[in-house]
Amino acid sequence: MERTTIDLWVGIFAAAGAAAIFGLAMKVGNLTTTNIGETYAVTAAFENIGGLKPRAPVKSAGVVVGRVDGIQFDSTNYEAVVTLKLDKRYPFPKDTFASIFTAGLLGEQYVGLEAGGDTASLANGDKITHTQDAVVLEKMISQFLYNKASENKSSETNSAEETPK
Amino acid sequence: MFSSLAGSVGGLLRGVGHRLVDRIWRLGGGARFFFYVLIYSGESFRRLHLTIREIYFTGVMSLIIILVSAFFVGMVLALQGYNTLQKYGSSEAIGVLVALSLVRELGPVVTALLFAGRAGTAITAEIGLMKATEQLSAMEMMAVSPIARVVAPRFWAGVISMPLLAALFSMVGILGGYLVAVPLIGVDNGAFWSQMQANVDFRADIVNGIIKSVVFGIACTMIALFEGYDAPPTAEGVSRATTRTVVNSSLAVLGLDFVMTSFMIS
Repeated sequence: MERTTIDLWVGIFAAAGAAAIFGLAMKVGNLTTTNIGETYAVTAAFENIGGLKPRAPVKSAGVVVGRVDGIQFDSTNYEAVVTLKLDKRYPFPKDTFASIFTAGLLGEQYVGLEAGGDTASLANGDKITHTQDAVVLEKMISQFLYNKASENKSSETNSAEETPK
Repeated sequence: MFSSLAGSVGGLLRGVGHRLVDRIWRLGGGARFFFYVLIYSGESFRRLHLTIREIYFTGVMSLIIILVSAFFVGMVLALQGYNTLQKYGSSEAIGVLVALSLVRELGPVVTALLFAGRAGTAITAEIGLMKATEQLSAMEMMAVSPIARVVAPRFWAGVISMPLLAALFSMVGILGGYLVAVPLIGVDNGAFWSQMQANVDFRADIVNGIIKSVVFGIACTMIALFEGYDAPPTAEGVSRATTRTVVNSSLAVLGLDFVMTSFMIS
């Protein structure tokens, strides 16, 4: 085969391969979404973050407005400190409420932001003070069982002592 | 009675020891061969057309089998994945499933297995026959190093081709999965891509996949070249070397994959 034909085919091959890597990075990976615009970082402390992971989405009204950048443990207050990177295009009031929700029944966890009524906006390095922890299924079940048990006990004692209400 | 038993056990142990020593010799030979290839590889870049020619034979000629397999692998992944995910009511996660399994594992591994079968065997047979017909000795007579002229360009061609082929495999596989999931099954188009983009990380998934494919490229090409260079110069020797190339490359790829995955997932 002629050398120019070979060169052409190898060129096509290399270009297609490079395009595939580029396509993977852009269309499949999230290189575009993480690099869009500038971000500002705010922190929020939770007593329990459940299964929240770094890079989990931060949503407000269901729209992704940022990502969880990092999770640290604060050993003075025994709390989890979650750093959120929010898109600069979306300012949030200072009294924004951050909670950890679960997408679907067994889906991944994300941080939900509900805007408050403050006129001042969160700036880089601010801390969200109003937070709500993740729902831990085991805790909920044990609470439910405990309530059930105490309910039964109280009804038993009520019937035994026949105390009129 | 005892002496005959001891004799047969001794013979058995001698056989095991002989094989072990033989394997270690071959391993050492392979390592030395690898260093020679690296030392002589300057030539394959100075005379780039040699390498480009080999990229044509190993990379471009493997394209068809790689792309067709990728397409079918992606479609089957989507079908099977949908079947299971639907039971948990999360059929939108099909995009993540297809993309992650292709980018992390199937892309590099299946490409390497196909590459060993398609290009590795060709390299082994070619070099083995060159040796059998004394072309390599003739080169040495003319003071041309056969490692620099024949082996190194093939090595670099394989190392360059593998990551490109693996990336094409992943991309075409995802397209195949998309075609099955969205137009055929009816998963929502937006959910398919957005879930994929939310869960596939560039550094942790895509770059690691590329690293894997480069390592597989080095391993497969090296094994193919060494088996060819080391083959007994007979018809039977070349045919055995070709078989060994496929077996050893596949085992090396799967073993290396496990080792690398256990380091990458932490």
